[in-house]
Amino acid sequence: MSATELDYRPVFVGEGKAKLEALFPKYPTRMSCLLPALWLVQEARGWISDPAIAEVADALELTPAYVKGVVSFYTMYHRHPVGRHFIQVCTTSPCNICGAEDVVKALLQYTGCGELGNTSPDGRFTIIEVECLGACGFATPVLINDDFIEGVTPERVAGILQGYK
Amino acid sequence: MGFPHPSHPKETPVLSRYFGDAGARTFEGWIKRGGYEGLKKALGMTREQVIEEVKASGLRGRGGAGFPTGLKWSFMPKEVTKPHYLVCNADESEPGTFKDREILRWTPHQLIEGCAIGAHAIGAERIYIYVRGEFTQEHKILSVAVEDAYTNGALGGNVFGSGRRIDVVIHRGAGAYICGEETAMMNSIEGKRGNPRIKPPFPAVAGLWASPTTINNVETLAATVHILQRGAEWYKGLSLGNPKSTGTKLISVCGHVQRPGNYEITMGTSMTDLIFEMAGGMRPGRTLKAVIPGGSSVPIMSAAEIQGCQMDYEGIVAKGSMLGSGGMIVMDDSTDIVYQVMRLAKFYAHESCAQCTQCREGTAWTTRILERILAGQGKPEDLELLLDLADNMTGKTICVLSDSCAAPVVSAIKKFRGEFEAYLSRSRQRSMVTA
Repeated sequence: MSATELDYRPVFVGEGKAKLEALFPKYPTRMSCLLPALWLVQEARGWISDPAIAEVADALELTPAYVKGVVSFYTMYHRHPVGRHFIQVCTTSPCNICGAEDVVKALLQYTGCGELGNTSPDGRFTIIEVECLGACGFATPVLINDDFIEGVTPERVAGILQGYK
Repeated sequence: MGFPHPSHPKETPVLSRYFGDAGARTFEGWIKRGGYEGLKKALGMTREQVIEEVKASGLRGRGGAGFPTGLKWSFMPKEVTKPHYLVCNADESEPGTFKDREILRWTPHQLIEGCAIGAHAIGAERIYIYVRGEFTQEHKILSVAVEDAYTNGALGGNVFGSGRRIDVVIHRGAGAYICGEETAMMNSIEGKRGNPRIKPPFPAVAGLWASPTTINNVETLAATVHILQRGAEWYKGLSLGNPKSTGTKLISVCGHVQRPGNYEITMGTSMTDLIFEMAGGMRPGRTLKAVIPGGSSVPIMSAAEIQGCQMDYEGIVAKGSMLGSGGMIVMDDSTDIVYQVMRLAKFYAHESCAQCTQCREGTAWTTRILERILAGQGKPEDLELLLDLADNMTGKTICVLSDSCAAPVVSAIKKFRGEFEAYLSRSRQRSMVTA
């Protein structure tokens, strides 16, 4: 058993367990609760570790390998710890022609992340490029944690990020 | 209305009438604006009568395929021997499309009402609304509205005293474009990877948990509210002459226009009116180069092709493209078509579920070829290779993601071949000045 497994604090106890069980009547099978259960884990822990996968598998009567296969399919589940503020910036064509790549550069520069996918040395930010955020008329949209910010330009970057300590 | 801009006189705001009006978000606010009358009327009708009304309206699926909604509903079994399900597709992620998010965030009860009408029509007691994971704000607003609807008897065991049970479960996606494909969406709800399923069986026969299921787009379901309220004849009358394309359509206009936004047009409106009048035309000193009219999966149109083009299902097909989801990407003369086509191919390569070889290999290979052309390392035979690849990617896979990658590539090479050749002959180099 690795150190992380020994240190692992289960998510589905107390209130977490109640949240999980509240999902059961919404779906006819336990397996169907998998996506919402993974969201519960990520909300509680910030990312989905191997021991968390084992816990979810156990709670939903699935195998860890199956859960891992599903987790890896969906881009929004983090398989590694990320910065306190997770920044997703859209660079798909409609935003791209409106200057999204310059927004990415400004974000990287302000945060000191260096490159996409990295976490800044102070642990404050992680930035990733994402495909279409579905707000093409409000280029460039940036999702910071759960805050959806429209019309971001390189000039606005510093002002916006100051609010995320 | 052209949210976030005021309504343009050439628009017909029906679904979008309350965009930007936060007062329409609450149950009470929706009732004050005449809400839930369509559902109450539907509950007083039989399933068959509701289906006939929607059939008569001519409403077609607004998610992209344009399949007649009433006909789709009529495929559901008459007798309910196992649970029937309605799935509302709110996984809006087709590049260029951002209409459903406005329905979700401004008029969530319009959607809930439409969902309940649909559920009644197909004999379903439970609705799953699949909201894409990135729509954090919309998810919160919709969750509050669903609770509100339960509290006020618009959902639950006895909807508006009709004795009818209708429940809504909001299922949050987790970042996968492919889950917007209806069979992939069902797998995702079932707790699986979002791989599309082979059809048949069609969802109406064996969908969610092998039960009869219908999947409708947000805008489609929202339109049924008004069809029920004001009648099929009224809705049909909104068309500008083409009986096959009726009602209004939300068109998300983005890219190089002065006023990007959602414009609600009657079917048959002229594309040039939409781009140059409603959306304000090009930026000063710029001219139109190309339009992708229906989300990134449809063929690119040249500036010449949009002349005389009618915005409806048949009108755009006649000009060589498709209405699709109504996500219109407008590109002016500053656009590097080769780069943008590469960017689209990269999108599809990223989003391929990788089940089918043609798609898994084809989308990635297409991207690599376009990247090398842009880097000045293209080979003379690359354009033919791209077209050959596209041919192998079209009509040969379980779903149409692969076809969607091929469409912009083929149409761009056909219509803007000179730009590709300029890279191939090294007379052009990638400049960061243009996007």
